[in-house]
Amino acid sequence: MPSALNKLLLFIVFTTAFFSAPYSLFASDNEPSNDLKTEIKEYISHHLEDSYDFSLFSYTNDENEHVYIGIPLPVILWDEGLQIFSSSKLHHGTSVAQVGDNYYKLDHGKIYKTDALGTLTYDESHHTINAAPLDLSITKGVASMLLIAFLMFWLFKSLAKTYSINKGVPAGVGRFFEPIVLYIRDEIARPNIGDKKHGKYMSFLLTVFFFIWFLNLVGLTPLGVNVTGNIAVTFGLALLTFVITNFTGTKDYWLHIFDPLGGSMKWYAKIPLYIILIPIEVLGIFIKPFSLLIRLYANMQAGHIVLMSLIGLMFIFKSWLGSPLSFALAFAISLIELLVALLQAYIFTMLSALYFGFAAEEHEHH
Amino acid sequence: MVGAGLVVIGVGMGIGRIGGSAMEAIGRQPDAYGKIQTAMLIAAALVEGIGFAALFAV
Repeated sequence: MPSALNKLLLFIVFTTAFFSAPYSLFASDNEPSNDLKTEIKEYISHHLEDSYDFSLFSYTNDENEHVYIGIPLPVILWDEGLQIFSSSKLHHGTSVAQVGDNYYKLDHGKIYKTDALGTLTYDESHHTINAAPLDLSITKGVASMLLIAFLMFWLFKSLAKTYSINKGVPAGVGRFFEPIVLYIRDEIARPNIGDKKHGKYMSFLLTVFFFIWFLNLVGLTPLGVNVTGNIAVTFGLALLTFVITNFTGTKDYWLHIFDPLGGSMKWYAKIPLYIILIPIEVLGIFIKPFSLLIRLYANMQAGHIVLMSLIGLMFIFKSWLGSPLSFALAFAISLIELLVALLQAYIFTMLSALYFGFAAEEHEHH
Repeated sequence: MVGAGLVVIGVGMGIGRIGGSAMEAIGRQPDAYGKIQTAMLIAAALVEGIGFAALFAV
């Protein structure tokens, strides 16, 4: 069976990609953080940030060196020309990366340009004042997004193909996804946007739903990617909703914003009201996508923090009580997070559809 | 920290009321289950969003 072979092949490719190219890195532990609580806090905040390599885990070996296991990712910088190098050169900020005649150093998750010795200068409030080149790197988050994008493209492309082969009857994975697609069309898009106009918004709604859902689910795996909990990513998604809402806005949509009372009043009666109403309506255009971006970001970020803090309990308790407690709580929260992953994707899609509905509204003039 | 606690109390009460009212509504009109659930989830998400915004501001 060719499809089974394909799946096997894909599985092999993915597993080898993850495990056959581990690189280890030795760096002496320069700041001894013996305080357990600070160490856990640092670990959690480190997990929440994007990083330049796909690190799977790290440990401290017998010689007190940090060993990182993972895959280095390409660093792409624009610094008087394109600079592309592997993130393994950055050595997690412990040494300077030399690329041609330029030297770069990683400091607190950002790449700065330095001299050959890697000197970083700070201002009074301990902010690095070295020049930071324009960073277009394929970071962990970007890599996961690309991975999910390719997975979705492959999944739904092959799903669509089964329909033509099977004469419109879902087969294989389509049996699972068809009800979800239909649910988004019949329960989210149609009631909110309307029977006539929902078609042109469907592609975006479906894409954004599955993209957020899959990324949320990947965030729950031990791979430790936190993509939807990154405010830049949710900003990008909300920006798309904002752009689509306002660029497909009909005359009635704009009239609703700049002339909400319509013909119900004389123009001179409307002036004092509009001094207040129009700024509120205009602000509303921006607040709607802003609430979308904050909601998704905060939910996923909070979920990750809670989950990792509960796992951290195990190390704080240091008794036979800690592990079962930590496991039970983390397990329960994981189940809730599984629901939240779907719920947040649903809410984002639902509210996007609602805003598109405002933009597409057309009512008879009275 | 006290502010964070107050926020969580407020949000908890809000979501609790939404959930409770939705239960009552479903009890009265079991046929409208789907619609009530959708409205409940949206309202809960809005309250939760404010809660998170406040928590991050604290």
